[in-house]
Amino acid sequence: MPDQLLFAIEVTLNGLMAGVLYALVALGFVLIFKASGIFNYAQGVMALFAALTLVGIMEGQVPFEHLINVTFGTEIHGFGWEVPALLAILLTMVVMVLFAWAVNWIVLRHLVNQEPIILFMATIGLAYFLEGLGDMMWGSDIKTLDVGLPQGINTWIDETTFNAFGYGFFIDNLDLVATLIAILLVAALVAFSQYTKQGRALRAVADDHQAALSVGISLNFIWVLTWSIAGFVALVAGIMWGAKSGVQFSLSLIALKALPVLMLGGFTSIPGAIVGGLIIGVGEKLFEFLIGPLVGGATENWFAYVLALIFLVFRPQGLFGEKIIERV
Amino acid sequence: MLYREAGDFKTSYEADGQTFPIRLDRRGYYAILVMALAVVPFVLNDYWVNAVFLPFLIYAIAALGLNILTGYCGQVSLGTGGFMAVGAYSVYKLMTAFPEISIAIHVVLAGLITALVGVLFGLPSLRIKGFYLAVATLAAQFFLVWLFNRVPWFYNYSASGQISAPERTLLGYRITGPETQAWAVYLFCLVFLVASAWIARNLTRGSVGRKWMAIRDMDIAAEIIGVNPLTAKLSAFAVSSFFVGISGALFFAVYLGAVEVGEAFGINKSFLVLFMIIIGGLGSIFGSFAGAAFMVLMPVFLKNVLVGGLGWPTDLAAHLEFMIVGALIILFLVLEPHGLAQLWRMTKEKLRLWPFPH
Repeated sequence: MPDQLLFAIEVTLNGLMAGVLYALVALGFVLIFKASGIFNYAQGVMALFAALTLVGIMEGQVPFEHLINVTFGTEIHGFGWEVPALLAILLTMVVMVLFAWAVNWIVLRHLVNQEPIILFMATIGLAYFLEGLGDMMWGSDIKTLDVGLPQGINTWIDETTFNAFGYGFFIDNLDLVATLIAILLVAALVAFSQYTKQGRALRAVADDHQAALSVGISLNFIWVLTWSIAGFVALVAGIMWGAKSGVQFSLSLIALKALPVLMLGGFTSIPGAIVGGLIIGVGEKLFEFLIGPLVGGATENWFAYVLALIFLVFRPQGLFGEKIIERV
Repeated sequence: MLYREAGDFKTSYEADGQTFPIRLDRRGYYAILVMALAVVPFVLNDYWVNAVFLPFLIYAIAALGLNILTGYCGQVSLGTGGFMAVGAYSVYKLMTAFPEISIAIHVVLAGLITALVGVLFGLPSLRIKGFYLAVATLAAQFFLVWLFNRVPWFYNYSASGQISAPERTLLGYRITGPETQAWAVYLFCLVFLVASAWIARNLTRGSVGRKWMAIRDMDIAAEIIGVNPLTAKLSAFAVSSFFVGISGALFFAVYLGAVEVGEAFGINKSFLVLFMIIIGGLGSIFGSFAGAAFMVLMPVFLKNVLVGGLGWPTDLAAHLEFMIVGALIILFLVLEPHGLAQLWRMTKEKLRLWPFPH
């Protein structure tokens, strides 16, 4: 096989892996949007916050340590213990559930029945707040996150492909694990929403708030549940991206990567989020590989948006979105 | 009487339809205008101009522009930073290509160029609505910033990739460049702001503005009663981008002087201007001013209190600022979704009846 084609295949494979991660973030958006009609811009910052909390707990940091030191003139630097990864993940999950509860009781409860765009702007406010809170609680320096996931080049794939084509594909172990976890997560979510009582209630709320309310489903509970699940998805995404490139501010920008995925797949469709993620992942990597060098590179920043934009002009509801029916 | 319509007789339709129907309001407005034009320039110093007045004046123009698009026409845009960048780079190219032409003309031309770009990126709005459009405008944001970063023609092949404003004068006074007089740049921006507000006010209360508002309230219904969505939406994009472009041009040429596009016109700028119009009030000219003033003054105030007063390190203060901005946005949306402008409106209603509200 010609080299160029082999490179392209490798790029495509890596694009697929990246696409899985985009899909993971997009999934959090879709869940909340379906259940409560809120377009949650804060999803990316939630991933950052979850990752920061996880690192903080694992390393035994004292929350608000910098602030306490400045205010009281003390010299606190951590509790001095280290928490094992699994326990830390559980504790972080507790924090995310508390956060979901707080968001519902402090913010969303007061905004019921507002226009969607107002809710969207409220989540932008939430994103800013959470970003400040995360930095204030755990410090804004770049942290490394290591929960024991395998990293580095997968030698088996490298050797096998080298023997077959004379060119070894470079595929990161972490990407493989991320793909696996994402598949498990989606399967678990589908099973949850199809086979459990709460899952059914969740779908009922997604279908029609008032009808769900009238058969005795607690909207408050369902919303806390959805935000908790979204928090969990954010945590998983945060772990993956954090392990890949460190826990830092840029982690919150994955939300911006997920937005075109949503546009492409439709805001209300879980399969759409996955397929959209894969298309965007492969598309932007291939575009950067084939066209990027001609126009100066770094096309990944905008390619996904422009692709989604062009796509939307022809199909305004996205790939799998519900048909938009408008009435006066 | 104080603050009453009674006794203030209108004898023509023009008088009846004026912006400030109450005499006290009208006088207050003229008083503020005279203050801003004739008193403030004499008492200004460099710190006040750079920390408060210039950002306020420039952001107020941007907020006016975005308010026309989002507040009056209902098309949420997250591409303001990108359009400001278009204004900045157009004025830079014009200033370097035609040094003999006055900078005031360049700024207006930059606004016109931005209007064209705005119309181009506004085209999808005919098919896409709501969130989808908000996300689609991000395409403009990221694409434009990338374009100005990667195509050397835009920054005249300078080694650093930055653009910096050459020295230009207007009527003999330095407006851009390193050594400017505080009052001259202040007046220069103020004139643009007053002109923009005047145009915006008169557009929004005329037939164009009514078409925008009809589209905002319900686009299908508007189409049925004979509003052409194509011209209404695209004109909103054009006018909005025109103002945003002017503000971008002033932001670069007069305020910053040198600009790195990703830093100065990144997505945070888009959100900042959006916050201004949410806090100020969607669909209100006064709201654009109030929101811009609020978002410019608050960081200055916080910095003075926290860093200057309490002695906090700057990074903690910056984090707290994020938290406060976020919390304020939520608070405003919960308590008063129509922003400061609505508070002002209610105060005026109460004043009109005070002290006998029944």
